[in-house]
Amino acid sequence: MSGHSYDAEKYWKANLRLIFGSLIIWALVSYGFAIVLRPMLSSIAIGGTDLGFWFAQQGSILTFIALIFHYAWRMNRIDKKFGVDEE
Amino acid sequence: MSQFGINILFVGGSFLLYIIIAIWAKAGSTKDFYVAGGGVHPVINGMAIGADWMSAASFISMAGIIAASGYASSAYLMGWTGGYVLLAMLLAPYLRKFGKFTVPEFIGDRFYSKNARLVAVVCLIVASLTYVIGQMAGAGVAFSRFLEVDSTTGLMIAAVVIFIYSVLGGMKGITYTQVAQYVVLIIAYTIPAVFISLQLTGNPIPALGLFSTHIDSGMPILDKLNQVITDVGFNEYTADVDSHLNMVLFTLTLMIGTAGLPHVIIRFFTVPKVADARWSAGWALVFIALLYLTAPAVASMARLNLMNTIYPEGTSVEPIEYENRPNWVKEWEVTGLIKFVDKNEDGRIQLYNDSPAFKDKADARGWKGNELDVNRDILVLANPEIANLPGWVIGLIAAGGLAAALSTAAGLLLAISSAISHDLIKGSINPGITDKGELLAARISMGVAIVLATYLGANPPGFAAQVVALAFGIAAASLFPALMMGIFSKRINNVGAIAGMLCGLAFTLTYIFVYKGWFFIPGTANLADTPENWVFGISPLSIGAIGAMVNFAVAFAVANVTEEPPIEIQELVESVRYPRGASQAQDH
Repeated sequence: MSGHSYDAEKYWKANLRLIFGSLIIWALVSYGFAIVLRPMLSSIAIGGTDLGFWFAQQGSILTFIALIFHYAWRMNRIDKKFGVDEE
Repeated sequence: MSQFGINILFVGGSFLLYIIIAIWAKAGSTKDFYVAGGGVHPVINGMAIGADWMSAASFISMAGIIAASGYASSAYLMGWTGGYVLLAMLLAPYLRKFGKFTVPEFIGDRFYSKNARLVAVVCLIVASLTYVIGQMAGAGVAFSRFLEVDSTTGLMIAAVVIFIYSVLGGMKGITYTQVAQYVVLIIAYTIPAVFISLQLTGNPIPALGLFSTHIDSGMPILDKLNQVITDVGFNEYTADVDSHLNMVLFTLTLMIGTAGLPHVIIRFFTVPKVADARWSAGWALVFIALLYLTAPAVASMARLNLMNTIYPEGTSVEPIEYENRPNWVKEWEVTGLIKFVDKNEDGRIQLYNDSPAFKDKADARGWKGNELDVNRDILVLANPEIANLPGWVIGLIAAGGLAAALSTAAGLLLAISSAISHDLIKGSINPGITDKGELLAARISMGVAIVLATYLGANPPGFAAQVVALAFGIAAASLFPALMMGIFSKRINNVGAIAGMLCGLAFTLTYIFVYKGWFFIPGTANLADTPENWVFGISPLSIGAIGAMVNFAVAFAVANVTEEPPIEIQELVESVRYPRGASQAQDH
């Protein structure tokens, strides 16, 4: 494995970008929609309550699952692209 | 068949299954004992993580906590799941690539310091031991209620079963029993929830039932619940919290604490490849979500059922007479977890919120105080009885609660024993120990850890009740930042990491001790643990997130004014970042 090559650095940057994007969504659904932004979403009704309540009790968990599978899938492709995937 | 017989059948049957698995999955080497040979399929590992993670707290207590405070408890739901996003992206794949056996081992190697490793061992043992006491005590409660033995005897039985499969099989035995325990606990949790959701909303999927229409009233179920509980003085179930800041920090503390808990991290060392570590985090969360999406439905429906039991004719009429209380109330009264005091001596059960705001209405109805105390922890266990479900469902719940407690206890005990045999004995005291010698040492430490946990479970010390503050606070403020910086920064050196961990830890523990008493000794708190006294309204349970920030800041500041890590350490950081070569890394 070429530890210090230009490609290795680009691989790591691609990983960091993907993590950064994922964590923005992670924070938005939980800290945002479910807590801080909940009062702003209160007009959107869902089954006897509001969208913020749904994100707090279910929506954020479903989003977390999607984020992890998306990350795993994208990283496998990035691993292959940069030739650092496992044999 | 009597209910007692059914319970014995379910619990005994499940225990027999775990022991058979243990004999089949005996560990032959330290690699088997610490990481199950390193060949566990990512879906299987995901399921094992699910059981490892979901403890007596998730299974027994969580729905009860949510039922009591509604929206405000969502922090637990998000906090105990959102940590898996951090694990999948920030820790698990790289620690798997590093390819060693324990969490302190990574910290010791990366920060080229035996002291750093020692700090990590101490954090691991305090966090895991606090956690395991709760599991043992939970198993004791489940036994005493369902198998009619006293809780100490129940605890002993649980300890013997854990002893057999974890001392014999180590991580290998634990992995496959955890898979079986996951299946038992998820079935046990889901079946009563489905029945109750069907009864109340006609929707067989509880997670959807939560947002459906209540059949009896024709209102959305959450509206109905809000109405019933506000009628007797409680806050709305869906009401917002007073402090968004505190809820954000509490959720964040639970998330990074989850990601930093060693007994979860070591499960990722058992898969063959780095890519598998990423996938198994996803699968773990799928299996966890099956319970976590059901829990809020169980919480609201159980609370509504409880209110309907006490106020069968509605909250505007007088509640049920004590003489006519249902059978499940009688049975739980025996355990002391439901208490009734007829304060106004009218022979009826007045259940309401005894607050100053409701006093006028209570006085007008001739109520002289709330008369029914229902321990939150019984909600899930009593659920099948409250909803009049058949006896076998009750047996299933007993087996499920025990599966949740035992699987988590075993994972924690493995984290503790491997820290002792691998980090302390092989790492410091006797580095020349043979693989066979180390395996024996691992088994002996496991045995000692079980005896200690059983003793503390039967005689819980004051700190045992502080699992959330202690285990999650410590993991969040010390272990998570050290691990993350070890991977994402080449600049953090030995002194920076140690200073960061110690400052994060000292800051967090001080804040907790000020409100909860020094070392949790009653009477030693400096300030009353109430929102008015908290700095910026931040509760001691939420402080771990700030402790983590202290850790990061101190580590960066100190590392920047001291020497760069040696070149071979920077190469180590490079190597954990690239997946290629992970299968070789573990054969050391």
